[in-house]
Amino acid sequence: MAESPVATLDATARGALAELLLSVADDEFVIGFWDSEWTGIAPMLEEDVATSSIAQDEIGHAKALYELLATLTDDDADRIAYGRDADAFRHAALLNHARGDWAFSVARRYLYETADAVRLVALERSADASLAALAGKMRREETYHLLHADAWLRRLSEGAPDGRERLAAAVTTLWPDAQEVFAPLAAEEELVRSGLLATPMRALHAEWQGRVTPILEPLAPDLPPLAPSIDGRTRRTDDFRWLQSEITTVYRSEEGALW
Amino acid sequence: MVTILASDAREQRIWAALADIADPEIPAISVVDLGVIGAVTVDDARVRVKLLPTFVGCPAIEVMRQQITERLSELNVADAVEVEVSFTPPWTSERITPAGRERLRLSGFAPPITTPAGIGAGLDELAVLPIAECPYCGSRNTTLENPFGPTLCRAIYHCADCRQPFEQMKRV
Repeated sequence: MAESPVATLDATARGALAELLLSVADDEFVIGFWDSEWTGIAPMLEEDVATSSIAQDEIGHAKALYELLATLTDDDADRIAYGRDADAFRHAALLNHARGDWAFSVARRYLYETADAVRLVALERSADASLAALAGKMRREETYHLLHADAWLRRLSEGAPDGRERLAAAVTTLWPDAQEVFAPLAAEEELVRSGLLATPMRALHAEWQGRVTPILEPLAPDLPPLAPSIDGRTRRTDDFRWLQSEITTVYRSEEGALW
Repeated sequence: MVTILASDAREQRIWAALADIADPEIPAISVVDLGVIGAVTVDDARVRVKLLPTFVGCPAIEVMRQQITERLSELNVADAVEVEVSFTPPWTSERITPAGRERLRLSGFAPPITTPAGIGAGLDELAVLPIAECPYCGSRNTTLENPFGPTLCRAIYHCADCRQPFEQMKRV
């Protein structure tokens, strides 16, 4: 990247930016892989294509973010993606859950896409030119994801009772962990001070919660106004450990191989 | 629209060579007409090409990078060829040239919709407009079947007049 941040940032700011990049990259990487599990078995052909395409977008975003991170920390994008232990991942707890049924995936995608949209607006205003440019490009693609998630939320909400009940149950289950997309980062003070993160996580969280709560209200009337927690990006589950083992099978089979 | 200003003969030869390289996913259109060449700079030491992905996760990017490197190396205009993938400026569907739009249409792809006068005003610049013109009969009596298609950059439509399904290159 021509706008490589390495030259202009001091060590503290570099570390802070690395933490931010890793959290966003891991979110996109993990949701991309959960969604890719629908390839071939989605409820209808159109959704097979759509979910696969969205998953490919998310993993593509993760790749670009891991590459930025690798430039910053003098590492290798593939090693970051595939060579870490499960405990070193920093995705939000929302993405710890197995894909569940279709309603569960729709609920999670809606919660994630709306949170991601709020976050991307802030990242697009980052003082780091590379991250700002990438976020701007990602936002153009995420517009399609957001529409897709919104259409499915409405479709299941307004459809037969079975789908509506499953969706409502999934939203209620996922609601606490969804807050964690905005979990405070260790280096957040530095990120905000240096303008690398244009808006603090708590402000982004308030904006997101204020936006989605009224939309979800008719479906899940008693969603509590929860706050993100300090370990929102470090808790890991057996579901995720299983997924991480699956997606690193090839990498681990011949470590250091060039593809 | 991409304006090509070739400052010297060397640069002209580079742009001409790039115009020979087809998009790996839609071979009817060249990388120049697709608008993915952001900039070309050249001196005796190296040719630098800025490549703008249509979608961040586009798997064709590496193929394009290789083809551009190989083709420009053959020209022998500088010692080295460097292809840099960049999101500055972001590729948008407005970067496809008029010739490129026509080539898409001729090969059965509806070009991305440009913001129609009066309709786009007041909408978010990124608002998705589910409008496409059938590349076979020209009708606008078409329906968006799926905003996601066989590649990241394509959506699927159906024409109610000639009853033909077709793909559109997405507006981003």
